[in-house]
Amino acid sequence: MAAAVDVSELRKSYGDHEAVRGITFRIEEGEVFCLLGPNGAGKTTTVEILEGYRSRDAGEVTVLGLDPGRRERTLRERMGVVLQHSETWPQVTVAETLRIYAGYYCDPRDVDEVIELVGLREKRDARVKTLSGGQKRRLDLGLALVGNPDIVFLDEPTTGFDPQARRNAWEMIRGLRALGKTILLTTHYLDEAQQLADRVAVLRDGLIVTEGTPAELVASSRTEIRYRENGEVRVVETDEPTQALHELTSRAVGQGRELEELEVRRRSLEDVYLELLREDET
Amino acid sequence: MSLFAHQVRADQLVFWRGRESAIFVFLFPVLLFLLLSTVYSGAYRGQPITDYLVPSLITYGVANTAFGGLAIILVVRRELGILKRIRATPLPAPMYLAATLCSILLVFALQAAAIMGLGLLLYDWHLPSQWPSLFAAFLLGAVCFAGMGFGAASLIRSSEGASAVVNVVTLPMAFLSGGFGPTRDFPDVLQAIADVLPLTYLVDVVQEIVYEGNPIWDQPAAVGVLLAWGVAGTLIAMRYFAWEPRER
Repeated sequence: MAAAVDVSELRKSYGDHEAVRGITFRIEEGEVFCLLGPNGAGKTTTVEILEGYRSRDAGEVTVLGLDPGRRERTLRERMGVVLQHSETWPQVTVAETLRIYAGYYCDPRDVDEVIELVGLREKRDARVKTLSGGQKRRLDLGLALVGNPDIVFLDEPTTGFDPQARRNAWEMIRGLRALGKTILLTTHYLDEAQQLADRVAVLRDGLIVTEGTPAELVASSRTEIRYRENGEVRVVETDEPTQALHELTSRAVGQGRELEELEVRRRSLEDVYLELLREDET
Repeated sequence: MSLFAHQVRADQLVFWRGRESAIFVFLFPVLLFLLLSTVYSGAYRGQPITDYLVPSLITYGVANTAFGGLAIILVVRRELGILKRIRATPLPAPMYLAATLCSILLVFALQAAAIMGLGLLLYDWHLPSQWPSLFAAFLLGAVCFAGMGFGAASLIRSSEGASAVVNVVTLPMAFLSGGFGPTRDFPDVLQAIADVLPLTYLVDVVQEIVYEGNPIWDQPAAVGVLLAWGVAGTLIAMRYFAWEPRER
């Protein structure tokens, strides 16, 4: 199957600053792909190149088989975009705003269907200025969906949300996935990537430092064995936990000792992520 | 074509729904016309003063609406991220800008119609014999000032400052150019300043039509100056117009 997004050796600089330093990834159709990384890692630059907002300095990029740098209308017909900061006319209602945007596409979704999908039924005829922050964000998502796109770009869709609003947004994004849309999501929240993504690429300083399913990222990590000896906490990190644990316990049993507070733990995705981010500082 | 009409309709909805834009951009010149028509009386160049005020306040409308209103609308939409989002839709950018222009010209046309209608009803105004020339001058003025509006929108940095900048430019300009009343008794220094303002040339063209019966095509110099200002504004826009908000 053709990839929905194919990026190879992409580079982009702003003046002396190299924001993206040669990244390569592929998103399959119907997949939820997450670019995870701290602020300034190059996530937005990458997404905005895919959306056609920025030109690239080097590398090959296709979205749905087309080059976004050429800004072809056929591509814009098939893509939906949620930007980090963008508002709509405050004095126009939710339904009116969606109808205006629906008019830009040849084959839009029904406006009321979209309102239902993003959970704004009660606010259908409310002016945008009366919406809460979370509701405005849902309208953003509605505007991205009203053209019935094949691919949706979500740039930090939940930044600044309270926990409940984030969970609601996650539900909505899962709903999109169920519709068969390809989704590219950027976030600096690890739990968001873990909850939503089929595959995650961790971006740091303009480079992809690791990529895989959330489970693979954890699987590639080491196991941690902790215990207390003579009042001190000991930590053993190992790729062969069975062997290490056997050695440790055999020795303790042989000496008739108890390994106090013995704990065997697979390192969490959070540990892996924080470690990846730390590596650049050394 | 239907996409263009759709966008003009959307722009009209947004314009009239926004109370501030409807009041300041549309209503303000109409209210000033009523105010000045009440305080001024008598005759100017042998004709009732209303013959002066109706077309002059419409030239102020040109500056206020086609220039100022357009610049404010564009800056506010840019800073809100509306222009950026539009760029991700299939609507072609030139069509979006053309629809914005068409929509503001429609507002100006209604404004001019309101001023003329009130003149007819309340102040016994009548259309001058050269009315097609007069209408052509208004349209030419509006298009040239809209070009300047695109230029100004490209240079103004924040939506908070947009209204202030626009009014600091348009109000004194209209006053010095004769948009609010005759300037022949003004000191020389003010008249010299007026000579470099584009609105002066539009007011001059209009007065030649109203008082001398000179059609617009007999005034190529003033028309040329107006066109030059319009082209200059458009060139600035082509060089500096941004679709994305300034970095925060």
